[in-house]
Amino acid sequence: MDLVSILLGGLAAGMVLFIVSVGLSVTMGLMGFVNLAHGAFAMLGGYVIVYSMRHWGLAFGAALLLGFAAVAALAVVLERTLYARLYRATELDQVLFTIGLVFVLIALVTLAVGPESQRVVLPAWLDGQTDLGFIKYRTYSLALIAAGTLLMLALWLGFERTRIGAKIRAAVDNRRMAESVGVDVGLLFTLTFALGSGLAAVGGGLGAEILGLDPQYPLRYLTYFLIAVAVGGLGRVTGVFFAALLIGVLDFTLKIYFPKGGTMFIYALTLVFLLARPQGIFGKAGA
Amino acid sequence: MSRPVQTAVQELAARHRLRWWEALPWVAGLAAYFLFPGYLAFGTQVLVTILFALSLDLVLGYAGIVTLGHAAFFGAGAYTVGMLAAHWGWSEPLTGLLAAALVAGAVGLASGWVLLRTHGLTLLMLTLCTMALLEQAANMFSGLTGGFDGMPGLAFKPILGLFEFDVLYFRSQYLYALAVLFACFILVRLLVYSPFGRSLTGIRENLLRMHAVGAPVRARQVLAYAISAALAGVAGAVFVHATGYVNLAVLGLERAAGVLIILILGGHGRLYGAFVGAIVYMVLEHTLSKAYPTAWQLGLGLALMLVALYARNGLLGLAEDLRRRWSAR
Amino acid sequence: MSAPAAGAGRVLLETQRLCKSFGALEVARDIDFRLEAGARHALIGPNGAGKTTFVNLLTGVLAPSSGRVLLDGEEVTRLAQAKRVKRGIARTFQINQLFRGLTVLENVCIAVAERMQAGGAMLRPAGLRTDVTGEASRLIETLRLTADAGRRVAELPYGRQRLVEIAIALGLKPRVLLLDEPAAGIPSAESHILLEAIAALPREIAVLIIEHDMDLVFRFAQRITVMVSGAVFAQGAPAEIAANREVRAVYLGSALDA
Repeated sequence: MDLVSILLGGLAAGMVLFIVSVGLSVTMGLMGFVNLAHGAFAMLGGYVIVYSMRHWGLAFGAALLLGFAAVAALAVVLERTLYARLYRATELDQVLFTIGLVFVLIALVTLAVGPESQRVVLPAWLDGQTDLGFIKYRTYSLALIAAGTLLMLALWLGFERTRIGAKIRAAVDNRRMAESVGVDVGLLFTLTFALGSGLAAVGGGLGAEILGLDPQYPLRYLTYFLIAVAVGGLGRVTGVFFAALLIGVLDFTLKIYFPKGGTMFIYALTLVFLLARPQGIFGKAGA
Repeated sequence: MSRPVQTAVQELAARHRLRWWEALPWVAGLAAYFLFPGYLAFGTQVLVTILFALSLDLVLGYAGIVTLGHAAFFGAGAYTVGMLAAHWGWSEPLTGLLAAALVAGAVGLASGWVLLRTHGLTLLMLTLCTMALLEQAANMFSGLTGGFDGMPGLAFKPILGLFEFDVLYFRSQYLYALAVLFACFILVRLLVYSPFGRSLTGIRENLLRMHAVGAPVRARQVLAYAISAALAGVAGAVFVHATGYVNLAVLGLERAAGVLIILILGGHGRLYGAFVGAIVYMVLEHTLSKAYPTAWQLGLGLALMLVALYARNGLLGLAEDLRRRWSAR
Repeated sequence: MSAPAAGAGRVLLETQRLCKSFGALEVARDIDFRLEAGARHALIGPNGAGKTTFVNLLTGVLAPSSGRVLLDGEEVTRLAQAKRVKRGIARTFQINQLFRGLTVLENVCIAVAERMQAGGAMLRPAGLRTDVTGEASRLIETLRLTADAGRRVAELPYGRQRLVEIAIALGLKPRVLLLDEPAAGIPSAESHILLEAIAALPREIAVLIIEHDMDLVFRFAQRITVMVSGAVFAQGAPAEIAANREVRAVYLGSALDA
């Protein structure tokens, strides 16, 4: 494989990682909640999207919207009824609770759909190759790169330019201060949690073609999602974007050149990186 | 000295004393040997898991360090005795235990020294990454470790030169595991009630205050982490001695999460939580997970959520609450 | 800036041009401060004046941007918190920082054991160190916490928890004791216990107290330092401070009326 193809393949994988992880970064940064069940929301979204396309004949775009809405709605219910009770609990309780939730969701999906892996049927316009002039590459991967970049820009604009974005940033940096100037932090939590989980659902659907889709998905990729968030920095959209791309490209490249121990380097790099900068790429020291 | 203070002092001085019921686990352990001769292989696994969970209790329950990567040390001990036996013919079990404790303890000391500077999510990630790193290394250096398939069919010398490992019925394995668990338990119990153990509790309860009384906080944490790692390594070594194989499953996320769940279900920071958690969890798993794997997972998940929401001190904590409520009536 | 007090004793704790800033925010500005052996010194000032920051600089929780901290003539500016504790600087916190799940006796024992270098011992049960438990129980009696010795701290009313804070600090046998708003959060009905405890502190300890309760300040202090926006605004004997018009304008007026 030539270098450009490897780079594009890695970028596509990195975009999927970004779309899934960005919500986790914001909710963790905002709420300080260790949500190990985030990948389960991505899995649920993937199932809704794949299932609605296959059985109800929904178009790809419509299925993505449905997946977003369904998982975001579920997230609101879970956040209000269960997550909210654990905001002041210890890290350990949060870890346990979310591992438990992962198990429950895995079991429910297995009961409802079955343990086998789901195949994604791409619409015709995304299947095949596109000629970029200098190279021909898989249309779907290029579409992923475009979609991820657009999402990144949209989120960045949303965070930097809108009132609600400013409130979220303020609450990430200093929750008490934000509360004292009248930001309804509880409502903000629910909204961002829903948005983040919905995005994870979209990522689960978009990425199913690359990452696969089966009930073990949330556990298999947990470490990757967490690494992207930890390296990118809590609550930092741009940080997670670059971290996810970096991990995507590195992972893709290493798996081609060192199929056996390639991922070892990812872990080693993460380790070294986090020791040097525990607050992530763009995180502020002491934040 | 006035009365209430005197009472408090006496209570403190008596706290480490053995209670009559503390003999029960060991009596039950020996009784099980005679009562369930057909289940000794399973019993050995339970004993190994108790030891592993006990080692975790020292860092998690007492020092309050939340780790997702404790299987790294179990694996380090397991691979140590596995590789020593497979490549260098070092198959004497007791010195193997020592080697496993030293290697795992050294890994714990080194990683703890570096990692315990951080906290929260970063620490969680770093423990996870350290374990994943070891797992990938074990996969990559297959010449030494057997790679993905691991090292099956390891043979070890008789324990103390007297007791052959019993491939069929696990009789000597069971007693061996019980004896090692007993020795390690005595050590952990000693530590927990010592000033060192109390200072770990202090670190868990209030880090800021612990710094303010002039305690060398990080040194204590690292030391506890290393001791705990050595004990986890011993558990891993006993596992390999008993089963005669080692593969990547000894240091995966599944094992690390499993032992965490077991300890929490049983009750952390209370010594016997490891016993209760391991026995209840493994018996249930043994009877349910093969026949109804999905229902088992569903039930386990719900149980974890309920524990996190309502019963933060696990089964033992629940029992204590009930007893307290009973005696208050 | 006023001159050192007349009839000054030996200077135990001293800062020279101590500064601390977080980015553009200056929280301590050129603080020159002296605490004499056996002193009863109060640090007052409006909220956000940097009083707690100053305590954090003295104890080593924060490292200063510039300037020096001297303990008994020796420089401790770069010394870690634990090392300063060993040299005799102890503190209490504005908000209780206790081992809530442990008994009062254990709370004090932890401090005493650390001071005796026995906090890391592994092979002997902690409860059998009679030297540690003995000293801790004496402290508990001194602070009249006797009835609560065996109770878990979390079960105690807030006011009594404040006394545990002081007992822990005294368990370190400090030469310098920094009390950060010891009366904060105590209902007025209980405050006399705290006042007595503070009045009964061993004479040889130099005490610096941060407090908003002017009643307490003027009853206790032989010398007062006023801080405003990170800098020393005035220093002197209580009568001088009370008579200082500028101090009344920026702080005391409102505090005394309240």
